[in-house]
This record gives sequence, structure tokens and C-alpha cells, in this order.
Amino acid sequence: MEAILKNKFFVIGGGIVLIISLLVLFAPLLTSYDYGAVDLPNKQLPPGAEHIMGTDLYGRDVWCRIIYGGRVSLTVALGSTAVALVVGTMLGALSGYVRGTLDFVLDRVNDVLMAFPMLLFSLVIGVVLGSSMKNMFLSIGIPIIPMFYRIARATAMSVGGRSYVLAARAMGGGRMRVILRHIIPNVLPHTLVILSSAIGGAILAEASLGFLGFGIPQPTPSWGLIANDGKTYMFSHPWTTAFAGAFIALTILGFNLLGDGLRDWLDPKIRTAAKR
Amino acid sequence: MAEPFIRIENLTKRFSISAGKRIRKTGFTAVNNVSLNIERGEVFGLVGESGCGKSTLSLLVLRLLEANGGAVYHGDTNILELPRRKMRRIRRDMQIVFQDPYDSLDPRFTLERIMNEPLQIHRWGTGAEREARIDELFAAVSLDKQQLKRYPHQLSGGQRQRLCIARSLALSPGFLVCDEAVSALDVSIQAQILNLLLDLKDEFGLTYLFISHNLAVVKFVSDRIGVMYFGKIVELADTDELFDNVLHPYTAALLSAVPDPDPFSEKKRDILPSGVPSLIDPPGGCAFHPRCKYAGERCARESPELRDAGRGHLVACHRLEC
Repeated sequence: MEAILKNKFFVIGGGIVLIISLLVLFAPLLTSYDYGAVDLPNKQLPPGAEHIMGTDLYGRDVWCRIIYGGRVSLTVALGSTAVALVVGTMLGALSGYVRGTLDFVLDRVNDVLMAFPMLLFSLVIGVVLGSSMKNMFLSIGIPIIPMFYRIARATAMSVGGRSYVLAARAMGGGRMRVILRHIIPNVLPHTLVILSSAIGGAILAEASLGFLGFGIPQPTPSWGLIANDGKTYMFSHPWTTAFAGAFIALTILGFNLLGDGLRDWLDPKIRTAAKR
Repeated sequence: MAEPFIRIENLTKRFSISAGKRIRKTGFTAVNNVSLNIERGEVFGLVGESGCGKSTLSLLVLRLLEANGGAVYHGDTNILELPRRKMRRIRRDMQIVFQDPYDSLDPRFTLERIMNEPLQIHRWGTGAEREARIDELFAAVSLDKQQLKRYPHQLSGGQRQRLCIARSLALSPGFLVCDEAVSALDVSIQAQILNLLLDLKDEFGLTYLFISHNLAVVKFVSDRIGVMYFGKIVELADTDELFDNVLHPYTAALLSAVPDPDPFSEKKRDILPSGVPSLIDPPGGCAFHPRCKYAGERCARESPELRDAGRGHLVACHRLEC
């Protein structure tokens, strides 16, 4: 456990994620404004003492909108990754362990899922289902199912051939028991490595959808939406878009570094190679 | 001898290999029409070189692999025809110990959880009864119950194999398959585990199917021995009879391959030419004829049947018929 704290990627990534999570969590304590309050006389102010990140087109405080907007962005990212994690891991474990026709069919479905451009796929699901928080989980979660499915399937295939799985079958343990007790616990550590970068990807996807106008509807702020609000006056009054973009980029960077750190720590081969 | 406890009849398993696409399928027969009886209370040894189908046979007997033909009788019931539910019940009576004790234990389970697994699957007893049962089993295989909270990687190879044996005995089975159960262990540990297995046999009234590629090990534990080659039984006899009166040239070659502890003995080895023939493209006639020094014209033409050569000594070789 101490070794991981020496990993720079992990510490920096984890630090960024931690700080942003705290900002978002304690948003009400960190601002005195209301994220929806329109104040037209003070619109498009540059950063200053009153509004540390300026105000947007309608005079709303950008800092306030960003920390509240992080709640939406992070919730959507975590929720959709959770959907993909659960569905992808279950199906992958089932497919890799049971094999045969089921595996063949699921694997082809997975191939089809992977063939769609992710953002386009999210858009289509979002348009079909309509935009709400729950539907965002699905529209962003479904396209990243293959990430988890493939890892779970590959690991399940290798774990399924181990003698302890045969022993469990010889004792009379059924398929579900073997999958839940033996396969999935052995799959999860492998999943952990991609989990962090999947969350980063989901934040990006949410921001892209919001920017394109397919995110959670107004006035609930999300980072993509805030960036979108500022885009018309991006060259004369860049604050809104710039700060929202910076937060998106920083958060994704944080999650990606965290993921890289975890991977380096969990994979002894890379660990030894890095020392050389 | 008593009534056969496990009766294997014409058991056959074919594997298909789909080379790349699902268009051209080839296959091979890993277990070819094997029949044998295992009496209650005996140790039946099965020897043969790697790839001859020994392990496949063990998986078939426990129905961990589905056979393509034949039957396995446990008492009067053909377990290959049992529905899943009844099969589960009969699994309590048939257990297996695998070759690699490092591979047979889930690394994420504590010893306690490993030991509880079979008991939970069959809803055996209450918590306290299970605990008592585990204590009893640990005592039987000489493991320290202080270690119950540990993980398998904290044990030595011998301890792990003891644990595997204890787990397999949890449900008081009558029949235990030992699939190369000592092959992965150090020689000194092998002897310990073999003696443990023999002690447990007397203590719990077990019947063993003991599979190994090592003839010396099989000789040490077995009452009867079957020699397997290329998916078939080529010779089968009581242990003493087999060693005193070797009939099949393959068995003779196996015997001469057993290392001699005397460094000065000048034993003549019977070294077999080349490797096992390709399973996918098997030789015609007797599968052993390309490596057999006695092979005649008839051996290449027809496959010999397993026949009784007297005193229950079965052998499949043309040389003994004429």
C-alpha cells in the first residue's frame, strides 16, 4: 500500500480528483450565488473580486455554475460507468465462462456495439430516450459496455479453466455460483485498472453531449452545457467556455493519471520496466 | 472382490478442433471405447504418458466433461444420464484431487472459506457442525487449524495438497479420483501425501482412481493397474501380476523408464522411438505399432482387442494371440 503512494501518476491524479470532488461536494459552502439567478445588468463580466470567474451571458456567476455543474457531470459520469461496469462485467463473465453459442452471440453483439462511433451512439440513444439524468446514464453507459465486457470475458475464459473452478463444479456448484463466487471476484481487479479512465471518458462524453445541446436540459448546469453557453461569445468573452473547458480537461486528466497509476502499480511487469 | 463400485463402459470422448473458421472441422478421439471396473475399497491405478487421455478419462468419470458415448455406473445408476439435480446429489460421493495444488485453490478465498465451500453447496449442517467437521478434516490431513484465516499462497505445496484432499473429503465421498495428485510435489512430499492418501483410504473406507504418469508411484499405491495408450486401455492386471508378467510392449517400455536408485546398475533401457503419433491423424491398426519393435504386418492392419491372457490379466496385443 505504501508503494502506491510513491507513484507520481497516482498521487497527482488522485489529488486532482479528490480536490474536484471536494469542490463539488461542498459547492453550497463555496459560493453565495444561485446558479440559476439571472442578473442581466452584470452580464459577461470578466473575472474579478465579486465573481472570481466572471459571469456568463445572463449574468450568472460562472464559478458557482461550475462547481454545481460538476455535481451533474460527475454524477452522470459515475452513474453511466456504473451501468457499464455492472452490465459489461456480468455479460462478459457469463460469456467467457459458459462459452458456446451464448458467447458467440454476445461477442457478435459486442462487435456491433464497438463498430459505432461512441459519441454518435450516445446521441442516438439520448434522442430516442429523451434527456433526463437516468437516460444520460444509459446513453453514455451503453456505448462503454464493451470496455468492461471484453476484459471480463477474457479473464473469465482464463479463470474458467483453472482447477479451482473445476473443483467447485465437482462439488456440485452451479454456474451462477461459480460465476459469482469465483469468476467475478477474479475479474474485478483487472476491471479496476480501466475503471478510472472509463470515468474520464464518460465525463468527456457528457461534456460533448452537453456542448452539442443534448445533455441535461437548462437551467441545471453541467460542464458541457456551461461551455456551450459561452460559445457564441467565445472570442470576445472567453471566460465561461474557458473555465468550463479547463475543469473538464483537468478532471479527465486527473482520472486518467489515477488510472495509469493504478495500472502501473497492479502490473508488476511495467513496474520493473519503469525502474530500469 | 465385491460388486463393482464404479463401472465404466465403452466410454468415448472426441474433441473437435475448428481450425480458424467453422467450416472445416477436424477432431480426435481422446478416450476411445474404454471399459473398466473399479471395485469398492480398491485403488485402481491408471498410467500412461502425457496426452494419452488419462485426465480426460477422469473428467468424464466425474461428468465434468460430457462424453460422446458409453456409460459410467455408480452402483446401479448411469451418471451420464442423470438430470442435473440428481447429479448434484451424487457428486457428494465422487470427488477429485487435482494435480496442481497451486491452481486448485481460489487465491481470493481463505482456508476457512475453501473448506466451507462444499459444505455450503450441499447445505450441510449448521455453522457449528461445519466448524467441527472442518476441525476433524484438518486433523485427518494433519493441517493446523490455526491457519484457517490464512490464504493459500501462505501455504507450502504439500500443505496445499493436504488442503485439497481435506476439501475433497468434506462431504464424505466413497470414491476419490486422484488426477496426478502428487506429480507437482517434491519427491519427499510425494511420499508423505501418498501415505496420507493410503491412511485416509483405511480411515474413511475410500475407493481410489489413481492417475499418474509415474509407474513407480502407481505401483506403490495400487491394487490393480490399467495402462493407457492413445486413449485406450492396452493392459490391465493386478499390480503384482502386471509387474511379474509384463505382456504389452508399451508397458515394458514404461517399466524400463522408471529410474533405478542404484547408480551402478547397468539396466538396459527400452527406449521408444520418436514421440506419440499425431492424434489428429492416427496410425491405422494398433496405435502402438509405429513405435513397437515387435510390430508385424497384422499390427498395421487391425486394432487388437483387449483379451484375457489368464488370471484376469487383460492385454490388447496381437503378439499374444498367435
